[in-house]
Amino acid sequence: MQNSQNNIASLNGVTKKYGTITALKDVSLNVRAGELLAVLGPNGAGKTTSIRMLLGLSRPDAGQARVFGGDPSNHATRMRVGAMLQVAKVPETLKVKEHIELFRSYYPNPMSFADAVKSAGLEGMEDRLFGALSGGQKQRVLFALAVCGNPDLVFLDEPTVGLDISTRHLIWEQIRMLVKQGRTVVLTTHYLEEVDALSDRVIVLNQGMIVAEGSAAEIKARTAQRKIRCVTRLSAEEIRSIGNVDSVTLNDERMEIRTPVAEPVLRELFHRDPDLHGLELTNSSLEEAFLKIIETSAQDADQKSAAQKVTA
Amino acid sequence: MSSYATAVPQVRFGHTLTIYATEAKYELLKVMRQPAYVVPTLTFPVLFYVMFGLLFGGKQAMGPVNLATYLLGTYGAFGVIGASLFGFAVGVATERGFGWLQVKRASPMPPLAYLFGKLVVSMIFSAIVVSLLIVLGIVFGGAHLSASMILKFLGTLIIGSLPFAAMGLAIGCTAAPNSAPAIVNVLFLPMSFLSGLWVPVQVLPHFLQQVAPLLPPYHLAQLALLQVGAPTVGDPWGHVSALAAFTVAFVVLALRGFTREDGKVNG
Repeated sequence: MQNSQNNIASLNGVTKKYGTITALKDVSLNVRAGELLAVLGPNGAGKTTSIRMLLGLSRPDAGQARVFGGDPSNHATRMRVGAMLQVAKVPETLKVKEHIELFRSYYPNPMSFADAVKSAGLEGMEDRLFGALSGGQKQRVLFALAVCGNPDLVFLDEPTVGLDISTRHLIWEQIRMLVKQGRTVVLTTHYLEEVDALSDRVIVLNQGMIVAEGSAAEIKARTAQRKIRCVTRLSAEEIRSIGNVDSVTLNDERMEIRTPVAEPVLRELFHRDPDLHGLELTNSSLEEAFLKIIETSAQDADQKSAAQKVTA
Repeated sequence: MSSYATAVPQVRFGHTLTIYATEAKYELLKVMRQPAYVVPTLTFPVLFYVMFGLLFGGKQAMGPVNLATYLLGTYGAFGVIGASLFGFAVGVATERGFGWLQVKRASPMPPLAYLFGKLVVSMIFSAIVVSLLIVLGIVFGGAHLSASMILKFLGTLIIGSLPFAAMGLAIGCTAAPNSAPAIVNVLFLPMSFLSGLWVPVQVLPHFLQQVAPLLPPYHLAQLALLQVGAPTVGDPWGHVSALAAFTVAFVVLALRGFTREDGKVNG
């Protein structure tokens, strides 16, 4: 709650249900002026629902969403906000320039047309019909529509989903430009890589709840894990006794050892088994790391509820 | 937070008008380039009128006018109803169902500007289709219409398209994007026949004549017939009231559908 002066958007204890599915469960979060906040989570974690609340497109069942001190659905609020949402179908018979001109007209102090085109790297594509664009180009038009109104706060809901690496990097570059221009950006993604490349602060959502929050580096540190694979005569119990070992599994005659600190474990392994061979050392993938956060948070929750049962 | 609150931009009336005009302009550009809307909207009423109003029995008398003039009135209504129903139902269902409307709603676009744009475009297409029919009726059907009759006929049909725009909106706010065209066809074609748009309502079997006043196209057709000097059924103000009541009912239905869909996006 420190720096509450700088909070420009917030969810306070927001719960949202769609039928029997709870999309958000008592979620509170703050967006600070000038930061790039990433909301990370698997599909169905509640990322899009959070964004929809902050855009005033959906009403909380309980709790409150505030943006610039007002209701997010206020016209005055919306004039300072831009949004890139996931759209299954954008009108295909308008040209790129027509889409941009129309959205520019909604805002009182929009970017110049040229700046809007440039901000999304759409130079030379102005006269193309939307329907004739590639997937990456379409995403960039949606990006241009989000920023062309010169907004103070920009929401990007999975801006790079399904894009190839080079297009993704292009969009990252454009997102960095937004922050450089002093805008606040809220980004949802399920790529930890994207968080690492862009964000100041991360909120990890799973099953409608915040399971972790911190800087990208902190989140990464929490999940740092390396994988040692080797052929050894040591038993799983012996390896576990080394300490600092998260898990040991036998896989195709090879031991698979997961540890946050590979070097001391390796030293000890060679010490105990000089014949150890077929060694392979890898960093765990970001997806694996992400699963770990979610697993540990689920375990924490289980332990808490178990503890509560005991005390009750 | 206070430093941010000071920068709240003011809404200027002139700017709001510009948004409405811009929305209508780009809506027109967008729809003009959609053959799936333009071709059936303009050709079906014209084709039907040529076949049933001009080629077969157009000379036959219908009270003080010939059948070609009578059917000019009813096919005029048919054309306007099609332009409004398809424009709104399919347009809104698609843009709402596939998430595009969300993007617009998240922007500072005034929600009424969206409807205004669609209304202007469906009225432009209504005017075009009725004008085509008038030219055919006068040149090939022997319809005798003074300039003031033509203007009143056009005006009646264009203003009379409102209840059908509202009906299309109600469908667009409730139907899934892929089923909207089918729903419109299932309602539009039987409703047109039963309302006497294809054959005069007086010629329909007696029990169908009882059903016709329950259907909105019947009332618009009677008002259109009045403008071309053809024989009509019922009191004109009764038809106007019925159309007004249908408009209100469809707008209420549309609003209910629109507010219920919070959170649902297809595709």
